[in-house]
Amino acid sequence: MLLLLTLLPFAAAAVVAPLWSRAHRFAAGISVLVPLGTAVALLSLAPAVWRGEPLLEPHAWAPSVGVSLSFHLDGLSLLFSLLISGIGALVLLYSQGYLHGSPNLGRFCATLLFFMGSMLGVVLANNLVALFVFWELTSFSSYLLIGFESSRLKARNAALQALLVTGIGGLALLAGAVLLALAAGSYEITEVLAAGGLRQHALYLPILLLILGAAFTKSAQFPFHFWLPSAMEAPAPVSAYLHSATMVKAGVYLLARLNPALGGGAEWPLLLGLFGGATMLIGVVVAFFKNDLKQILAYSTIGVLGTLVLMIGVGTPDAFKAMAAYLLAHALYKGSLFLMSGAVDHETGTRDIGELSGLRRAMPLTAAVALIAAVSMAGLPPTLGFIGKELLYESANHAPAYAWLVTAALAVNGAILFAVAAMAGYKPFAGPLRSPKPPHEAPWTLWTAPGVAAVLGLVLGLAPRAAESAIRSAASAVAGAPVSVELSLFHGFNLPLLLTAAGVIVGGLLYIYRSRIAGLAPRSAPVTAGGVYDRLLAALVGFAALQTRWLQSGYLRAYLKIIILTAVLLGGYALLTRNAAAAALSVSDARFHELIVGGLILAGTIATVRARSRMISVAAVGAVGVGVSLIFVLFGAPDLAMTQLTIEALTVVLLVFVFHHLPDFSLKSRRPVRVLDVALCATAGVFMGALVLAAGAERPWPSISSYFTDNSRDLAGGRNVVNVILTDFRGLDTFGEITVLAIAGIGVYALLRLNMDEIRRREGARTAPSEAAIPAATTAPDRETP
Amino acid sequence: MTLLLISPILIPLITAALCLLVWRRPVWQRWLGTAGAFALLSASGLLLKLVWDRGIQAEQMGSWPAPFGITLVADLFSAVMIVLAGLTGAAVFVYSHGNIDRFRESFGYYPLMHLLLMGVCGAFLTGDVFNLYVWFEVMLISSFVLLALGGERGQIEGAFKYVTLNLVSSGFFLAAVGLLYSVAGTLNMADLAVKLRETSNPPLITALAMLFLVAFGIKAAVFPLFFWLPASYHTPPVAVSAMFAGLLTKVGVYALIRVFTLLFVQDPAYTHRLILVISGLTMLTGVLGAMSQNEFRRVLSFHIVSQIGYMIMGLGLFTRLALAASVFYIIHHIIVKTNLFLVAGIVHRHTGTMELKRLGGFYESRPLLALLFLVPALSLAGVPPLSGFFAKFFLVKGGLAIEQYWIVAVSLFVSILTLFSMIKIWAEVFWKPASEPEQAVSSRARSLWAPVAALAAITVFIGVGVEPVFRLSDAAAVQMLNPEEYIRVVLGGNR
Repeated sequence: MLLLLTLLPFAAAAVVAPLWSRAHRFAAGISVLVPLGTAVALLSLAPAVWRGEPLLEPHAWAPSVGVSLSFHLDGLSLLFSLLISGIGALVLLYSQGYLHGSPNLGRFCATLLFFMGSMLGVVLANNLVALFVFWELTSFSSYLLIGFESSRLKARNAALQALLVTGIGGLALLAGAVLLALAAGSYEITEVLAAGGLRQHALYLPILLLILGAAFTKSAQFPFHFWLPSAMEAPAPVSAYLHSATMVKAGVYLLARLNPALGGGAEWPLLLGLFGGATMLIGVVVAFFKNDLKQILAYSTIGVLGTLVLMIGVGTPDAFKAMAAYLLAHALYKGSLFLMSGAVDHETGTRDIGELSGLRRAMPLTAAVALIAAVSMAGLPPTLGFIGKELLYESANHAPAYAWLVTAALAVNGAILFAVAAMAGYKPFAGPLRSPKPPHEAPWTLWTAPGVAAVLGLVLGLAPRAAESAIRSAASAVAGAPVSVELSLFHGFNLPLLLTAAGVIVGGLLYIYRSRIAGLAPRSAPVTAGGVYDRLLAALVGFAALQTRWLQSGYLRAYLKIIILTAVLLGGYALLTRNAAAAALSVSDARFHELIVGGLILAGTIATVRARSRMISVAAVGAVGVGVSLIFVLFGAPDLAMTQLTIEALTVVLLVFVFHHLPDFSLKSRRPVRVLDVALCATAGVFMGALVLAAGAERPWPSISSYFTDNSRDLAGGRNVVNVILTDFRGLDTFGEITVLAIAGIGVYALLRLNMDEIRRREGARTAPSEAAIPAATTAPDRETP
Repeated sequence: MTLLLISPILIPLITAALCLLVWRRPVWQRWLGTAGAFALLSASGLLLKLVWDRGIQAEQMGSWPAPFGITLVADLFSAVMIVLAGLTGAAVFVYSHGNIDRFRESFGYYPLMHLLLMGVCGAFLTGDVFNLYVWFEVMLISSFVLLALGGERGQIEGAFKYVTLNLVSSGFFLAAVGLLYSVAGTLNMADLAVKLRETSNPPLITALAMLFLVAFGIKAAVFPLFFWLPASYHTPPVAVSAMFAGLLTKVGVYALIRVFTLLFVQDPAYTHRLILVISGLTMLTGVLGAMSQNEFRRVLSFHIVSQIGYMIMGLGLFTRLALAASVFYIIHHIIVKTNLFLVAGIVHRHTGTMELKRLGGFYESRPLLALLFLVPALSLAGVPPLSGFFAKFFLVKGGLAIEQYWIVAVSLFVSILTLFSMIKIWAEVFWKPASEPEQAVSSRARSLWAPVAALAAITVFIGVGVEPVFRLSDAAAVQMLNPEEYIRVVLGGNR
């Protein structure tokens, strides 16, 4: 069932994209009904889960490496998957109006459905590898959606940024998951959570840091938060769905999910508290100074994500309860506000709140929905946002450590968030009508979808008991033990209420004097995380170019030198340190005439290198060849010597013919280079010589060669052993070499007769360019490195 | 069964010979060549099944008993590699229908491709070090002619560097074989394995192992020996580069894995540690090279280098899981890499260029091609659940299990850079608006799409149906780590 629910959106995506142009209404219907159906199906499973009977559904995938497609529906995954499917349905409905008439709407819906399936997979998977698989798929679908308007460079770059940042986090997750499984002995999450003793494991700290790296990048925690505001290049439905309501909460989900196994101890609360708290304050403060509606919402989303992480860090059942309630409230109001910002942008052509006011006159329904959502965001009664915020204050007040600090930070956050909520949900709609182009009420799809979300936030505020079971079972899953939850709108006159009142007053003042306060702020921060990212990326690309220019220089001689140097270094080191045999080198048993031949070869070599004309050079090479032939003669291989002599003679003659066509000889390299070259080559020669001598020094095993001499006549019927080896014992080798010669023949023929450059010049007009494969040479520079 | 074992050599040989007989009829050659490629694919499939069912197969050529004659052996690793050669061959031959111009067709393109396949299969099958050298020569000469065939300026320059540097490799290889024979007195690999295992520190062996490492390292294009690859792979027709990209370097990797599991296992603390270091540097320099390129095929070429690093990472880690991961990685890589080159060819056909700057708009105009690019591209970058993800996952798991943290960190870092550069191609070729009008495309285009779609489907399958492929890789790794069966089958009753 859970497998089916997860795969259904993928199937729908595969159906919707190709169907769109042919059966538009049908495809649009599918793309709204699939998430809606999923939500209904999940709701039908909900009562059992809320009763405390989670659903566990294993499917084999790669059992030999511990990977399975098992799914687990407990309180936490149920809360998330309800949000994913419910808001998914609203967003897909909204998209039909928002991108009405766009030729790419089909692709857009298909990608959204693809994302929805991936996100469901993340929260339902009960196997660490399966979770990672879906996690990466959400990153990639986020990439495609951020860059949806792909003709704009900014959109493409923002998409890349988000992909790289979350991608690095993804790799941390992979490494973390493998280590976690090594430590816990299983990839199944339920078994990891039951393993116990992980906090004492030697790998605990690396696991923790890797998992935090994954969660913090995905959930846009400081200092990785910068990709989220950039991701606002995406169309409004994407921002609402992925970048506020669901995907960015995957990191929060991961922390909550693993809390029973990794939570507690000293590091967990410290790191989560620090990063969560910093992110919360940075997010909300920056939001306050923004003018672009989507940027305001994006930074306030960062702030809320920080709040949620902070709550997991606080680590009490109360904190988990607050986290679950606030998460639900935020998804409802923020999704709704993002969709409203899209509607406003759609109708007025701007998102700058400085240019907008009084829109309630032209767009009353939109304004009403925005106001309801903003009230929830501001944390005012009677909304779910208010209840969530009260729970935050309450749990902070009873935090096990630094309660006053957490409470103060939350209170500051609450006050500023009030002002930010007013900026986003009140400012554009209040006062006299101002707008770059005359606005009209948005079409019904653009206000019903956010309307449903906003009203739900209001209803749950008025009747909080409806959300009680969902929040209770989610909080219990995070805590790893049953948590009791009783929600009500009014908790009596206590500290949270006092803080709320103070927040309203301070926030109200902030809102009223916003322009004056904004004037005090520096125009741009000296160091921003986004700037650091840009510089790091540029440095990396620059370094890549530099090292490649240096390594792949385009000069064959440089390549040869590096290869020979490598061989000498690797082999020489091994010879000197790994094998004692090298020490026993000896040339003392060489006879006099052998030394003379050796001297001839050496002299020929030196003459070849020192010669100032090609002819002398070739003649000297010939002398080397003769010397080698002599060695063959001395060691009883006259037939080899004859072959060698013939080849030497032929080579010299051929080379002389070729030289005829070459330009005059000249020395082009500088002296130090030549000295180094000689040194390198001499070392290589000495190395090979030493190796040969050493190889001859010790022969621990009898050679197979006696078999050939013994059996050549009787078994193979030939008296010349060499011939028998070539044609019979090792006939396959000879067959291979004959093939080599045949291929070389074809090659020479083809190289002489076929010149595509010339053909193309000659009949360029007659040969259609598409008919021939035009290799890079015609379009790219000849040089290997530009 | 003899025939089945030698058929991977015989089928390409016969096909090439038949093609040569009809030299003046390129169209006949085209169809003969295609039929031969599919015959090779079927035979290799049967061979793999045989080895899977009945264990390692060996055959003494000319019936001379091992270790005196030449032995052909197929263990699971060999059989898998031959299937991949058959698959690449079949895909590239179908693709050639639409990609190779009539001039190259009439100058021996098809027989040369089959002789190249013969060399590749021979190298995978042989159980004799010197015979391996011979197959390397067959591969080298046929690939050189294919690179240069057409005689365009860029081709000649690339081919010249290619052949020079590869001849250096041959030189080291031949010297190493000679010295090894001088020390051990035998060339049969199983026999060598027995002898080298008899003493704990046989004389000179580590130094000789280094020579083999350099010779095969050049073939496999590892750091710092890879220069010939980025210098040449972007110059010939796409079908040729695709074949090379898929198969050639992998023969080097195969040879490395073969000799460093069968022969040179005396001093793994030194040799395999060194391979591990090389693998890290290869991954890193390769991917940085790819990041600095702005031409479709050059980017892909540098990525080959980078991924060779992953393949030998498993060898360097030298555990069962890691070695299985290497085999899995090779399977994944050959299919994906060939496919990416083929996609590049389709893009080229529509625009006449491979320069990323001048391309664009393909997502808008050809969403199906976009999808067919994304599958291999994302798989290459290790995005789940495609084949490349599992390849990476097994390596990471293998590395972390024996606490080799730094190489795992490098491999993960390189995978994000791989993603970066695949995404660069995506953004430039597919997302960015087109800057130049497309060219008209002729009717033979369908043969370009079929292999691309088929290989993409296999990539998805290996990811989703990972279990059987992993079990195959694992069994291959087990065979290599326990060479007793290999030695017994090759040497038979002689020992």
